[in-house]
Order: sequence, then structure tokens, then C-alpha cells
Amino acid sequence: MTAVESDVIDLGVAAQSTASEITARDVSAWFGDHKVLEGVSLDMPSAQVTALIGPSGCGKSTFLRILNRMHELVPSAQLSGTIALDGTDIYRGDIPVTEMRRRIGMVFQKPNPFPAMTVSENVLAGLKLSGVKATRSERRDLVEDCLQRAGLWNEVKNRLGAAGGALSGGQQQRLCIARALAVKPKVLLMDEPCSALDPSSTRRIEETIAEIAHEVTIVIVTHNMQQAHRVSDQAAFFLAGEGTPGHIVEAGPTEQIFTAPADPRTLDYVNGRFG
Amino acid sequence: MAIVELVREDAPTAREGARPIRFRRVERNDVLAIGGSAIAASALAWLLFTRLTAAGVNLGMFVVGYLLFLLLVWGIGREQYDAVRARDLVARAVFWSVGLLLIVPMVAITVYTVAKGVAALTPNFFLEDQSRVGPLSPPSVGGASQAIVGTLEQVGLATLISVPLGVLVAVFLNEVGGRLARPVRMIVDAMSAIPSIVAGLFIFAAFILALGGQLSGFAAALALSVLMLPTVTRTTEVVLRLVPGGLREAGLALGATEWSTTRHVVLPTARSGIVTAVILGVARVIGETAPLLLTTLGATAMNANPFSGKQSALPLYVYRLFQLPQEVAIQRAWTGALVLLLLVLILFVTARIIGGRGAGHISRLRRARLAREGLA
Amino acid sequence: MQPIDPTIALEGFGPRVEDRVRPVTRRSGADRWFRGVVTGAGAFTLVLMGLIGLFLLIRSLDALRAAGPAFLTTAVWEPDGGAFGIAAVLLGTALIAVVALSMAVPVAIAGSIFITDYAPARMRTPLIWLVDLLAAVPSLIYGLWGRAYLQPKIIPISDWLSAHLGFIPFLDADRAAGFAASTFVASVVVALMVLPICTAVMREVFSQAPPGEKEGALALGGTRWGVIRTVVIPFGRGGMVGASMLGLGRALGETIAITLIISPTFDLGRLTRILETGGNSIASLIALRFSESSSFGISALMAAGLTLFVITLLVNAAASIVVARSRSGAATEI
Repeated sequence: MTAVESDVIDLGVAAQSTASEITARDVSAWFGDHKVLEGVSLDMPSAQVTALIGPSGCGKSTFLRILNRMHELVPSAQLSGTIALDGTDIYRGDIPVTEMRRRIGMVFQKPNPFPAMTVSENVLAGLKLSGVKATRSERRDLVEDCLQRAGLWNEVKNRLGAAGGALSGGQQQRLCIARALAVKPKVLLMDEPCSALDPSSTRRIEETIAEIAHEVTIVIVTHNMQQAHRVSDQAAFFLAGEGTPGHIVEAGPTEQIFTAPADPRTLDYVNGRFG
Repeated sequence: MAIVELVREDAPTAREGARPIRFRRVERNDVLAIGGSAIAASALAWLLFTRLTAAGVNLGMFVVGYLLFLLLVWGIGREQYDAVRARDLVARAVFWSVGLLLIVPMVAITVYTVAKGVAALTPNFFLEDQSRVGPLSPPSVGGASQAIVGTLEQVGLATLISVPLGVLVAVFLNEVGGRLARPVRMIVDAMSAIPSIVAGLFIFAAFILALGGQLSGFAAALALSVLMLPTVTRTTEVVLRLVPGGLREAGLALGATEWSTTRHVVLPTARSGIVTAVILGVARVIGETAPLLLTTLGATAMNANPFSGKQSALPLYVYRLFQLPQEVAIQRAWTGALVLLLLVLILFVTARIIGGRGAGHISRLRRARLAREGLA
Repeated sequence: MQPIDPTIALEGFGPRVEDRVRPVTRRSGADRWFRGVVTGAGAFTLVLMGLIGLFLLIRSLDALRAAGPAFLTTAVWEPDGGAFGIAAVLLGTALIAVVALSMAVPVAIAGSIFITDYAPARMRTPLIWLVDLLAAVPSLIYGLWGRAYLQPKIIPISDWLSAHLGFIPFLDADRAAGFAASTFVASVVVALMVLPICTAVMREVFSQAPPGEKEGALALGGTRWGVIRTVVIPFGRGGMVGASMLGLGRALGETIAITLIISPTFDLGRLTRILETGGNSIASLIALRFSESSSFGISALMAAGLTLFVITLLVNAAASIVVARSRSGAATEI
């Protein structure tokens, strides 16, 4: 097991992970007998930012959680269809779920740094949690590198020994991004990462997204249309009707979705006329 | 929820504006009514029983006095407001008196135990054992060192057994669960109700009679761990439940196993709560006497080996000496009781202090280690 | 674990909407161990409880066979003389517990309502601490304090009660026998011991009384007592019953404090005159007789212990069910 892990989590800072493409085909999802997603197919190209937009309760977050197998943590959760990371089915029975989650990282809506760990320990949490050994200098370099990329280094370089929970909300969220980057994921999922933050923290997160987008594929769920417009290369509009499960109305390049969508409902939504 | 009754003092007009409205929980009049009634009723009852009749100070005086007090409160309420407010005032008087009554036993027990036990609390109590103590030896001769060592070893062993087990069971209940969780939770609840003497009987039957173990500190530790296990499990389960689910998700999303997430995220986050659980478990058993009567019996000489031969323990020492007729033996017993009470108090306060710490408390030791690595 | 082979073609593309599956979470070896170990620990508690009952039963078989049904009706304890039964000690245990509860429960109800609804915010935390601390004081110390300090204070009360209320059953007494070391004295001490347990559970239940309803009652001009009578007490009724039963379980199993206080008697008449000297309980019988018993005598004590074990389990199971029910009600009402 160790051999493969050290292959995946390459500690050398120089060997940056390369982004992967992630593909969903005909994905449907249920909680018990309640169907929440139907027939979702979406290509999320390598090293691009894909925004998932749509009103509350349309299944975007469920879809996002399906992409790194967090969906199945809910006991009644079921699904059908295929998710592939660079052509490999992530639900394939012979690949441990932990391996897939390491390749497809996630940042949550509410910043959740580990409160019992310091700032630097939070960044290194992925290594510790997977039992990966690293030398002292490798760890120090990794902490600095990830905090740099998350745009947090200058603010916390003198407070690395402070508890993760002692940072401000925006700093905590960037710490969570640094923590996710430290395991060198190929895809980074973000579930409304700015909804709990103030505008200036939001701006910092968006800058971070722009900086890391060339090295990791990003899929972001957001309710903020301006944000979706600013940060994403392509967008998918989800919608759930009365009693019908969520599905994709339209997906395409962000410019097209925001300026000349094919479906009138998309136009209404991006212009704030409903939802 | 605190119910605040809004009382305007000297109702300021809107134009005066600058004067803040003060919220007061109780009106001064009511305090005066209750306090005044209490004084008047006590005086009246005392007069009635010692001066006007020859009954003397007895239970009747307190009963009559208290009823008089409530009657006076009710009368004042009736006079000032109406029947509804009068009943409210009486209720307030009753609840306050019961509430203050709660404080009495703790204070009485502590003060009495200190008063009885402090005289013989000298260094030799901790340093010498009981083997040279005759029935009339003064408190300056001999001590309870064999009992203190026995208690430390027995409680220590019980902790070593029940804490890992209790934490594992709590982790099972909260992190893994499944169909087995319901019966386990029920049984752990039931186990916390086992009378301590029954735990002693069980260890006697299972360890001594069936397995051929000997009466020893270890047998006592086994009985104590049966009593400690449910306390540790239940308290730990409560604190694990307080760990936000988002942290577990964050761990799993980093590609960690459940084991690793529990080990590195959940347990450290609940660390202070788990320490509290351990301390409360220790406090629960440190004064237990009944199971020791059946498992280790006690001894007057030092026996530092808990696995072989009878061992003393502080509760046993107190229990045995208290039943002797000599004044000096009873005084030694009180000193032992005082030490036990102090231990429980210290454990309890420590548990509250540690339990009040947030998860982000980073010890000096850890900070130093991180600093050496250039990470702090 | 296999490295991912990127050349494997995607399977399962195409419309397969209805073949939904629960994803198979293939756990790593570490997690299978982890789940196995903690589940084993959980199962161990079940086994342990079973073993406690089983060992007590096995060890009491000798005595139970010899005594037969008379074990339940005999009021003496002379195992080596052939006559022994739990009638007297069971009656004594029940009397101490019931009398203790009748004193502790009203105080616990009022005390817990005082903490949740009357005490100023500054007083609340210290009071909760105090109640928890009272629960943590070892029963040995309650016993010492009860015998040395409390008993001399209670004797005149017993005297007064028997003189003025002696016509009430249980409260009559033979003054010549004295009032020390009685069921009543033991009950007062046990009452103080179960008081914090009952108060703590009731406080927790009362503190969950729906704030909306309380504010609603206040907004209608209700007094605080009105709120307590119409909202808090009806809400906490199940919790009050459950807490009392938890206290009952504790009182039934209390050993050392009772042993230190009572002077054991097997005279049923004396036992029922609770103010008079002399009382008994199962747990103190075991504590007092164990070290001087023959192996048959120990078997008889095991039978007594088994009885106590079963009774406390039943009482506590009933209590947990009542408390759990009242809590689940609390969740739905808000």
C-alpha cells in the first residue's frame, strides 16, 4: 500500500501534481426513495474551473459530493451512472475509496480547520491522516508552498503554531484550501466556499482559485452569479422542478451561459429573475 | 431560558432619552416582602415555642415557623397585588428556600470532615504504614501509607483497564454504530446502575472462585473497573457527539480512513472532554468501599504489589478504623476521609478546568516540539 | 491495492437510470481492523453484563436449591443453620429506598426548577457544579458524616415525629428501643445521596422546556409560577418520574453508608417501625456477613446479590425508558 501512496502523494515540491479531467455520465442519485438527481452528464476538463450554478435544492451539492464519494456517507444514499477520473471509474470496486478521495480533494461551505491542530499541522493533516512519512525539511517546505499557493503565507508565517481555529473565517477557509492542496489532488471540489465569508475574504479566495487553476481541476458550487462569472471557464446550470429531481438544463463556456444561453430559464436565473 | 421581568425604575420619559432603562429580575418590594417575612416568622416561631409555651426548640418550631413565613408572604402579596401575584410570590419564596437548602449538605459535609480530620493530618499519615499502630497509639505514630499506595495502585489499574475499553466502546457507539449500537447503549446505561457490592460479588465469583485468582489489589481493580467503565463510556460518548460532523467529513475528504480520522481528528478534538471523562471515572471509584470488602479485604502493613496478597485501600482503612471504639482510631478514620474528600474535590475541579478548555489549546510541550521543527 | 490503469475503458455509459446501487465502500485493511476492534469492544460490554448475571446465578444455585421458594419468604439469615431468606432484608431495602425518595424527590423537583428558572445567571453554574460535586462525594463519607453528625440531629426529630404522628402507620415507635441506627436515619442519609442524582436529571429535562411556550405564557401576562405550573412541570413530568426511578435504583443498591448507620435487625415488626432503632438492607447484609461466611453462606449471599442485581436492573431499565420517552417528546414539541 505504501508504495502506491508515496506514488500518489509526491512530496517533492517541484513535482507538482498535474490536473485531471473528470467526467460524469448519466448520474442519478437518491436518498432512500427520494430521487434528487437525474441523468446528469458533465465533462469537467482538466485544469479548468467549472462552476455549478442553480437555485437551492437543485442537487448541485449532492452532485459535487458524488464526485469524491462523500455521497455514500449518508446511509440511505444510492446512485447510478458513472464518474470517471481520467477515464477510470472512481466507483470501481477494487480501488479503495480513500485513494479516490485523495485524488479528488474537497473544500466545504463552512471553513472546518481541525481545531486541535496548529496552522502548520492543519496543512500537514493529509499526510498525517494517511500515515505518510516525510522529513522535517520536506514538511516545512510543503507547509510554506501550500500556504503560498492558498495566498495565506504572508498572513500566518509568524503564527504557524497558533490553533487552526484562531484564524479569521476567510483565513480558515484558505487554510482548508492549503490543507486540500497538500495532498496534491488532481481535482479540487469547492462547495460554496465563500458563502460564510465577507466580501474581501471572498475576493482573496477567488484570487487563490485563479492562481491554482492551472495545476488542479476545480469544480465549484456557488450561489453568487458574479463569482461564477469571474472565476469559471465553463458553467453548468442545475434545476429541480416541482417534484422532479435535479438535472442539468444547460452547460457550456461561462461567457456563453451568462450572455447567450440557449435556454430561457438559464437567462432568467443568471440575471437574477428567479431562484 | 432566563425569564426577565421588565421593571422600569422611575419611568424615564422619551425626552430624557439618555437615561437607560434598567432591567431587573425581581422587584425590590418582593425581596423586602420575602426577607421581612422570613425574619418575622422566625422570631414569631421562636417566641411561640420558647417563651409563650415550654415546647423548646424542636422540629415543630421549624415547621410552624416555615408555614408562618409562607403565610406572611402570601398575606403581603394579597395586600399589595392580587391572589395570582400572591401565589407567585409564595412560589418564589419556596423555590428560593429549597435552592438555598441545596447548598447546606455540601458545606456541612466539608466543614465537618475538615474539622474532624485536620488535626491528625500530619506528614506521618502519608509516610508511615499502620503496622506499628496499637489501639491507643497517638496520631503522631504510624499512618496510612499502605492504604494510600493501595488506593493509587488499584485505581490506577482500574483506569488502565476501563479507560481504553470505555473509549473504544464510546467510539463504537458514536463513530461506527450499526445494529449493535442500541443494545450496547442500553447495557452501558444498565451497567452504570449496578450496585457496587454486586460488582464485588461478581469479581469474587469470576476471578477468585472460578479462575483461582487471589484476594489482591488487582481483584479490587477489576471490580472498580466494572464500576468505572460505564462512567467513562457515557461521558466520552457525550463529548464525541459534540465533535462537529464537518471535521469527520474534512478528514475523509482528504482521503483518510475512518480509523485515521478518528485517531487524528475526532479524538484530539475531544481530548479535553475525554480527560474529563477519565477524571470523573476516577472520582467515581476512588471512594468505593463495598467491592473492596469482597476483593482485597485490607491490610495494616505495606504491600506494594497489587498482584499478590491482600492490600489496603484508603476507603477500607477509613471503614475499619471508624468502627473501632477508640477515639484515636476514629480520628484516624476522619483523617482518611478528609484525604479522600480532598482527592475527590481536586479531581472534580481539575475535570471542570480541563473540560472547559477548547480544542485549540496547544500545550507548551507541543509548541516547543513544533518550534524545533520550524513549524511554529 | 492496484494502481489505476488509465487504459481501462469507461463502462456503464448509457441510459441505465433505474439500476441504482448503494456504492460499495471498500474499506482498507486498517478500517476493517478498526471497525472490528471497536465493535468487539461494544460486544464485550454485552458479554460482560451477561457474565455478571451468569456468575452470580451459578454461585447462588447451591443456596437457591437448598432454600427453594422459602428464600423469598424467610426473614432470618442463618445459612449454616439451614434457614435463610431475603424477606427481611428486602423489606428493609425497600423501606429505606422509599422513605429516602419521598424526602429527596420533592426537594429535587423544587431544586432543579430553582436552578433552571429562579436562580440568577451568576448562581446557576456554581449550583450545577455543587450538585455534581454532591453526587461525587463517596458514599463512605456520607456514612461517616451521617452517623457522627446527622444522627444526633435526627434523633430528636424521630422522637418528636413518633410522639405527635405515631398514629400514622410506620411512624409508631417503642421509645424504649431508642431512635438511633434506624431505617429513618439511614433514609435521610440516602436521601441526601440520591438528591443530586435526581436533581441533575430533572434539571436537564426542565432546561429543555420549550422557550417559545414559556415566553408565550409570559406574554399573556402570566406570572413565573404560572409558567412553571402550566409549561415547565407538564413538560417535565416524564423526566421527573424517570429521575425518581434512577434515584430509586441508586438507593436500592447503596451499601456502605447504610452499613455504617443501621443496626441490623430481622424482626419484621421492628423493620416496619422506621423511626425505631434497627433496619436492614440486602447490600449491607452482604457487606457485613461476607468475610465471616462459609462457602455455603457465600452462596446464599450470592443469591441475595443476584436478587439485588435483578431488581436494580429492572428499576433502571424502566427509568431509562421513561426518561428517553420524555426526551424524545421534547424533540418533537419544539
